[in-house]
Amino acid sequence: MVTVADFTNEIRPTWCPGCGDYGIWNALKRGFVKAGLTPQEIMMVTGIGCGSKMNDYMHINGLNTLHGRALAVATGFKLANPAMKVIVVHGDGDGYGEGGNHFLHAARRNIGLVDLVENNHVYGLTKGQYSPTSRLGFITKTSPRGALERPLSPLALAISQGATFVARGFSLDVNGLADIIAEAMHHRGYALIDVMQPCVSFNRQMDYDWYRERIYKVEDEGHDPTDREAALRRALEFPGGERIPTGIIYRTEEVPSYEEQVASLLAGPLVNQPLWVRPLEEYRELVRENV
Amino acid sequence: MPNIDISLRIGGEAGQGVESSGAGFATALTRGGLFVAAVPDYYSRIRGGHNFFTIRVSDEPVRATREAVHLLIALDGETVRRHVDRLVPGGVIIADEGLAFDPALLEGKDVRLFSLPLIKIAEELGSRVMVNTGALAAAATAMGFDLEHILSVIADNFGAKGGAIVEANRRVALATADALRERYNLALPWRVPARPAPPRLTLDANRAFAMGAIMGGCKFMAGYPMTPATSILEYMAGHADRWGLVVKHAEDEIAAVNMCIGAAHAGVRAMTATSGGGFDLMVEGISLAAMIEVPLVIYLAQRPGPSTGMATRTAQSDLLMALHAGHGEFPRIVLAPHTPEEAFVCGYRAFNLAEMYQCLVIVISDHYNATSLFTCDPASFDPARVEIDRGKLLTAEALEAMEVYHRYANTPDGISPRALPGSSPKAVYLSTSDEHLENGHITEDPQVATMMARKRLRKLDGARGKMRPPFRFGPAEAECTLVSWGSPFGSVYEAMETLNAQGYPTNMVHFVDVWPFPHEAAQEALGGAKRIVSVENNATGQFAFMLHAYGGIEVQEQILKFDGRGFTPDYVLAHLERS
Repeated sequence: MVTVADFTNEIRPTWCPGCGDYGIWNALKRGFVKAGLTPQEIMMVTGIGCGSKMNDYMHINGLNTLHGRALAVATGFKLANPAMKVIVVHGDGDGYGEGGNHFLHAARRNIGLVDLVENNHVYGLTKGQYSPTSRLGFITKTSPRGALERPLSPLALAISQGATFVARGFSLDVNGLADIIAEAMHHRGYALIDVMQPCVSFNRQMDYDWYRERIYKVEDEGHDPTDREAALRRALEFPGGERIPTGIIYRTEEVPSYEEQVASLLAGPLVNQPLWVRPLEEYRELVRENV
Repeated sequence: MPNIDISLRIGGEAGQGVESSGAGFATALTRGGLFVAAVPDYYSRIRGGHNFFTIRVSDEPVRATREAVHLLIALDGETVRRHVDRLVPGGVIIADEGLAFDPALLEGKDVRLFSLPLIKIAEELGSRVMVNTGALAAAATAMGFDLEHILSVIADNFGAKGGAIVEANRRVALATADALRERYNLALPWRVPARPAPPRLTLDANRAFAMGAIMGGCKFMAGYPMTPATSILEYMAGHADRWGLVVKHAEDEIAAVNMCIGAAHAGVRAMTATSGGGFDLMVEGISLAAMIEVPLVIYLAQRPGPSTGMATRTAQSDLLMALHAGHGEFPRIVLAPHTPEEAFVCGYRAFNLAEMYQCLVIVISDHYNATSLFTCDPASFDPARVEIDRGKLLTAEALEAMEVYHRYANTPDGISPRALPGSSPKAVYLSTSDEHLENGHITEDPQVATMMARKRLRKLDGARGKMRPPFRFGPAEAECTLVSWGSPFGSVYEAMETLNAQGYPTNMVHFVDVWPFPHEAAQEALGGAKRIVSVENNATGQFAFMLHAYGGIEVQEQILKFDGRGFTPDYVLAHLERS
């Protein structure tokens, strides 16, 4: 039996005391255990930022990449080895800012990976600048008179672009988040998990109490996650409103994942296929095409 | 000296099928046992403008086109205006009888006009689009070349679905040929009869490279369309299902290169292909690949810059970028194929080198290479020639035998044995763009950082040993040594032959493996040269700079061309002073 200890290594995180990343760290390990997956079976791809150091602090196959590019790297990895479970872990600047284009395309592509975004509504590792999800008027070092842009709406964006699994977690609700992660790890296609996460150093207005007062679970209100229109209504509640829906907002298993539809992958993961998939003689066809 | 050396040119507006007609005719000539060098010249637009396609045909292999033209197919009046002065004495223009152009263009010139009812015949016996078939048939007839080869190419293009279309083309071709014979005395001084020959290929370097990549076990490609690299993405996509490839047209070049990095990290041979602007976008990815030591192949097809430059033109102006792109200091390999044959070799050799040294290999090509067609011997592309070397890729047994596995182990040659993620509980490791320990975890320790930088750079010492010396041609002792790299090869080579025939002893040193710079071999080839003249398709002499900076070799003179067009032997000869 796989246990949380299997995902533990000796490296201690460098996050601030009280950082929401600790809860996500624990939820990931518990989620993987709930999903019945071993470290060998998972590839965790991260970007750059506080929370993107996640795979340094775990015993897991890890690929810590560039700011904003984790989804692209993860997509290539998944297409080469679809037998592995791929999870991307990165922050809101990484996932919705620098990597915003990849987010849109991963969602509509339905590539089989989990995209967990640690959304603290601020840039942490660079010490306090406004992010794509920061609320209007948020005063930071790069927005001294307040942010002039309305915040990006990740869940609504994902649903509108055809994402097939859209969820929101809360870093303080470790078990609730672990449940979502466990479900997402076995989802058919792209799964977005937007995680509400306090940044105790650079976003003090959105502290633990601020989130607690607003967060609710959609399942407590009888939400049907297979109803796309209802899902979109829930998704549009935040940002914008005063209530933050969490849980699985939208889900369908009816849409084939991208990798399911790629002909060459019917023969198994690329990485397990021989370099030459046909006898040498047949490769002469490639030459003859040019006569 | 060849018995046949004829150049023909077809010109018209974009949308008139100049390129497809030219390429079809080049293939037909190859099928007829002849050798071609065929170079398209076209604008970055879908309609209008002026496009032309030059085919030089010979009974011996040819690797460049010439400035003079024997036969001009004018699909529009602009073609006559622009190219009439290129015609040799006694040269021929083939045009529709209704073609409007200024008759003064032909006054006092030793030029024959074969004016034919091309459009009328096409419309009566087939359809208007078959006017080019008629024009090609007329050209072939004028040259004494068998029409069947042209018709066979048309038949292949339309495939099984096109029986009626092929028949209509045949009627148009035969009727146009008859009309030509009826109207004109065809006693031309130059004839290009078809001859029996073994099957040969009509091939550009892009296609040759892609073919080599598939035979070299490339399994993954991600790319974004950009001239002149697009044909590689299309070729790979078109061949994906049968040859076990996954080909992804990504949302942008940044995604493309990073997808390749992910696939390569998983353990498959992965590549992308792009041109300057797309390469610019990939540069951060290159640096990531270097840090996590994944094997990565990028085909860089150059076109003129800066910025959009001239999208459908050629240049060699990105060599120093290829050499130096990416932040930080890290090893890479750069290969510059000059022919379809060499591009094919690069197709599989690039992956071998990338996996052996767990580094980036850039295959630097250009628009001229990417789009020019040459007649090639199939033996040069035999899959049996392809060698595979996956470098220090650990087998399951070797991994099990290890007490502990460290992905970035510090080794004497700098190459750390590679175990693939997911292959074993022992091979669970982190790869990070941060500086890292031997086990892959993040560090900022100054001693480890120094050790790791040295480890990565040490791989270059081994790679240098795999770089081939430059190719040398011509007499050992010469008054002048021409130095080149990449696509100007054919023009420089032919210029060298001409100079020797004219009694000016000239030799040639041509580089394909350009980085890590083979400085000892370069010294040996060029150290004793009396007069070194470099020939490059750029404005600043980038290879000459390399020779100086990395080889301590001074180039005395440079022939630089940066008008977006490739070289011809004539151009090299005209710009070389004979002292």
